[in-house]
Amino acid sequence: MSGLHSLHRRHLLAAALGGAVGLGEARELPPLTVAAFPLVDVIARDLLKSWAPSHPGLRTQVVSRQFDDHHTAMTTALSTSGHLPDVIALETSYLGRFALGSGLEDLSAPAFGAERFKDRFVPFAIDTARNRQGAIVAMPSDIGPGSLFYRHDLLAQAGLGEADLTRSWESYVEAGAQLKARTGAYLIGDVRLLKDIIVRAGTPPGEGQYFDNQGRVQVTSPRFVRAFELARQVRRQGLDARVEVWFNDWAEMLKRGRLATEMSGGWMAGQMANWVAPGTAGKWRVAQLPENTFCSYGGTYYAIPRRSAPEKKQLAWQLIQALTLDRQRQLDAFRSQDAFPALLAAQDDAFFDQPVPFLGGQHARVLWREAARRIPVVRLHKQQKFADEVVNAELDNVLEYGKPIPKALEDAQALLIHRANR
Amino acid sequence: MSRRIPARIPGNWAPYILVSPFLILFAVFGLFPLLFSLWLAFQSWEPTSGLDAMQFVGLDNFVFALTDGWFWKSLYNTLWLAIVSGVPQHLVALPLAVFLHQGLKRWRGLVSGAYFLPYITSTVAIAMLFGSLFSTDYGLVNQALHALFGTENINWMRSPDAIKPAVAIIVFWRYLGFNLVLYLAALQTLPQDLYQAAKLDGASAWQQFLRITLPGLRPMILFGVTLSVIGGLQLFEEPFILTNGKGGADQQAMTVGIYLYRLAFDFSDFGGASALAWIMFGVIAALTWLTNKAFAERQVKA
Repeated sequence: MSGLHSLHRRHLLAAALGGAVGLGEARELPPLTVAAFPLVDVIARDLLKSWAPSHPGLRTQVVSRQFDDHHTAMTTALSTSGHLPDVIALETSYLGRFALGSGLEDLSAPAFGAERFKDRFVPFAIDTARNRQGAIVAMPSDIGPGSLFYRHDLLAQAGLGEADLTRSWESYVEAGAQLKARTGAYLIGDVRLLKDIIVRAGTPPGEGQYFDNQGRVQVTSPRFVRAFELARQVRRQGLDARVEVWFNDWAEMLKRGRLATEMSGGWMAGQMANWVAPGTAGKWRVAQLPENTFCSYGGTYYAIPRRSAPEKKQLAWQLIQALTLDRQRQLDAFRSQDAFPALLAAQDDAFFDQPVPFLGGQHARVLWREAARRIPVVRLHKQQKFADEVVNAELDNVLEYGKPIPKALEDAQALLIHRANR
Repeated sequence: MSRRIPARIPGNWAPYILVSPFLILFAVFGLFPLLFSLWLAFQSWEPTSGLDAMQFVGLDNFVFALTDGWFWKSLYNTLWLAIVSGVPQHLVALPLAVFLHQGLKRWRGLVSGAYFLPYITSTVAIAMLFGSLFSTDYGLVNQALHALFGTENINWMRSPDAIKPAVAIIVFWRYLGFNLVLYLAALQTLPQDLYQAAKLDGASAWQQFLRITLPGLRPMILFGVTLSVIGGLQLFEEPFILTNGKGGADQQAMTVGIYLYRLAFDFSDFGGASALAWIMFGVIAALTWLTNKAFAERQVKA
């Protein structure tokens, strides 16, 4: 190596160092960072853009990852307390998981005072954001009030009415049999969905789907027996198409009118209208779920990591307030992204009274609003995900191998008891 | 410039500095995770609460893992897959190697290369390829079975009965070539004069195989079987990708490897998963020792 070269290198190095030091002097705060996933990142970016004039000199950054990657990255960041963003967007199921630990900032604390906003949201949305000590650890943005989508035309063809579907879960299945016989359409994508919602319907408010408040496993309770029995009946009568939501076969069946009903969040109307089955516009209607069951499918929250940079926490909190408490912003997100607002003030806009063309001009948003206000809180248990899987596996055993339902539920119960207190 | 370097770095440091890249990388990516998992195996940890949320729980994680129904289920799956995919690998690879060695001269390299190809192909590509081969309605496997035997279409990926054999077939196909190459290499080291002497004494081809080839291959069989035992017990990628990381219907293709991954990253139980990993370490060590023992004893007798 020649002397000239090393001289060059040293100069470069010195220049680089000088540059870095210079930068370090120039900035007061590292950028305010929001970690989000697609669609939510757009909302955050828009808001930060509008902040620019009122916050001169503030540097901001939105780190966006795919849905699963985002939540995995947040799990890692929280567990190592490294590279923590200032604001985290969280989907409901992950919020439940994260709220079980102590990685999220207690927003009920005086420094934030989130309690003063609690009555501004749909009750279940804010209660879902509480940890086991009752403190609010996240602020709700959008929710997914669940409803029953059904094909109006197929129902009419089979000589059935909406009430035949919604009177009870038994009548829903009965109507399914007639639908199949007269139109050839399947009642539902997969019996698993039916099992889940019947279990949800039977869960007492404030308790978990699988565990009660004392952490006792509830898998052999009547709601599971009923859900399993109805699921078995549906499978035996060939009323489910055995397709999983979001898979190609499922979308194809929706397009071709082979699925007569679909249980999902209100946002599904937008998904179907935009890309899943735009050709079926006008043929769908929505109703409240059978037996007036109310539940939420998905939703977004914003939280502050407990160990993020303390000097930016108040700014992060201001940002979260702007993301969740601004009526106009919530309405805009509802209009453009089907993000149903959790904010009550955003729910009395005239937009709610407008007909939804995809649903044949039905005033569906009013129905979802009604549902949103009646959704009970469901407590998440640490072993929720495991329980989901164990129960689904036992359902498969019942459906595929004719395993007796009581035996299947007892087996699931035993597995869950073993790890209830892990 | 070059004269100043020895002045800055004492001569006796040089070897350490020269090997330091490896040592640093090994410490960061090998040693640290190893020790950390040993540490974790005795802790209860809710990961999203941060590192300070760990609590020492003694042997609880080990007791939990050993009494957990899913551990035994996944261990059974793993052993089943290891045997059903592993044993035929050797039973086919060994005679095949002998055949290639004796029967093919010019084309031996090309043919053994073809057998070896699956081994160096990306697992993801393989799993996707077999995913479509095993597809229920349009897959070639079902169409061939239907054409040959008139069987009903089998739901390979979603039926608990079919998923294990499907995975075993893939693993067999993938590692056959590897064992074949091992045996071919060993065959080429066997001295030719032994065979010539045997021929002069009037030994048949079968006798030569039994008395010369097999004993000569014994060290390589031990090596190959040991690798198969370890590889079989660590089986992860193929079933993981085929079943979308879940382990398949009724968890019938969930190996211990998949289960411990899921325990940590799906069910947030890092302590339990670490304990499971160390239990598996014990199982693999024991089985490797047994394999060694089984082959070594016979070697003494022979």
